[in-house]
Amino acid sequence: MDPLMTIIVTLIGTVIFAILAPVVGCLLAGLDRKISARMQGRVGPPLLQPYYDVRKLFEKENVSVNGTEHTYIICALIFAFIAGGMFYSGGNLLLVTFIITLSSLFFIIAAYSSRSPYSEIGAARETLQVMSYEPMVLFMAVGFFLATGTFNVSGVLTMDMPIICSIWLVFLGLMFILTIKLRKSPFDLSMSHHAHQEIVRGMTTEMSGPTLGMVEILHWCENVLFLGWIGMFFVWGNPWTILIGVAAALIAYFLEIWIDNNFARVKWQFMLKSAWIVALVAAGINLSFLVFL
Amino acid sequence: MAFASKSPWVIHYDGSSCNGCDIEVLATLCPGFDGERFGVINTGNPKHADIFLVTGSVNEQNIDVVREIYDQMIEPKVVIACGICACSGGVFHDCYNVMGGVDKAIPVDIYAPGCAIRPETLIDAIVQAVGILDEKSAAMREAKKGA
Ligand code: SF4
Repeated sequence: MDPLMTIIVTLIGTVIFAILAPVVGCLLAGLDRKISARMQGRVGPPLLQPYYDVRKLFEKENVSVNGTEHTYIICALIFAFIAGGMFYSGGNLLLVTFIITLSSLFFIIAAYSSRSPYSEIGAARETLQVMSYEPMVLFMAVGFFLATGTFNVSGVLTMDMPIICSIWLVFLGLMFILTIKLRKSPFDLSMSHHAHQEIVRGMTTEMSGPTLGMVEILHWCENVLFLGWIGMFFVWGNPWTILIGVAAALIAYFLEIWIDNNFARVKWQFMLKSAWIVALVAAGINLSFLVFL
Repeated sequence: MAFASKSPWVIHYDGSSCNGCDIEVLATLCPGFDGERFGVINTGNPKHADIFLVTGSVNEQNIDVVREIYDQMIEPKVVIACGICACSGGVFHDCYNVMGGVDKAIPVDIYAPGCAIRPETLIDAIVQAVGILDEKSAAMREAKKGA
């Protein structure tokens, strides 16, 4: 594809992602809360509760400790849209991983900008989370290249076999860090969904009203993108296999909810060590097999 | 349509309560009554909360804390005085250190009496509170349009 076409496709993808991902992400979040409640023996909120929450947050007064916070969050959101649009339009996976990391960095800066000790702790922990999962994310991109011969996500559609057949160890590693990326317990150090295991509210301590609403939307978009990474492993030549990918992503999400509800938060040392060990062992073995054999 | 009533997030502060009311407040938020059915979440962060649940009376030590939490909350917000101590000082009203109900420090929207407050009373109070939240949020929207 010539560069101009790529840019246009990415732009269209970004716009479509910016419209659809919040809808899908919102429903996923609602499902998450419903299932979590059932696992705890409660009835739980209505499916659209996350939507109500965000609408309410946008109705609230717009105040912030530091005016730039809002700008950083908007940047984070825009980069998440671009990353998602690029991924779902079949763009360059390596670039997607970089752009979504950029989005996380903007979120971290936003948390630091408030100068509140609580959100600074949250931001420091989020930095550790990024450090923990980033090696595995890069290995995923490299593994993808070795399996398909291209960094373009659309490359999976030309394969005779899903890429999970050749890089299943990388997939397991990705599953491990998915918990960190989705900020689910036991790795929800920077910002928990559950108030009870939190230093006030981690990164979002000083964010309120519309800013917090945008953080929620950012979180939904990230979820949709990361579940897309999971689904990508199960798609090959036949376009119908996308359904298998969707099913796999949903199963992975359910697994994450189950993990979230069954494990207490760990210390950051454990998170960092385990994530790096898993990344080096799983991806190391898998990639060396692909390169040397 | 106002969404304030659909997702009332609460923050709970124990002024100088004997803990009787606190236990009842937490019982209301526990799985038995499952406040999350109506979107109620216990936030622990004034900047995220819409409803301020205060238990216990106000004294020289905590009046600043109550005011601080109230000031940090973002409009529209509602205050519920939980238990008779928070309403008027209750059995402690003539203690040397007690100044009186929460309304000595901040404007209270709903008085929920009881010693200790029953979860049913508190649920009633929250239902009233979300009505007030909607009104305030509608008023804010009007003000914005006017401006
Ligand atoms: S109202 Fe009764 S139970 Fe509640 S704080 Fe006062 S004395 Fe304790």
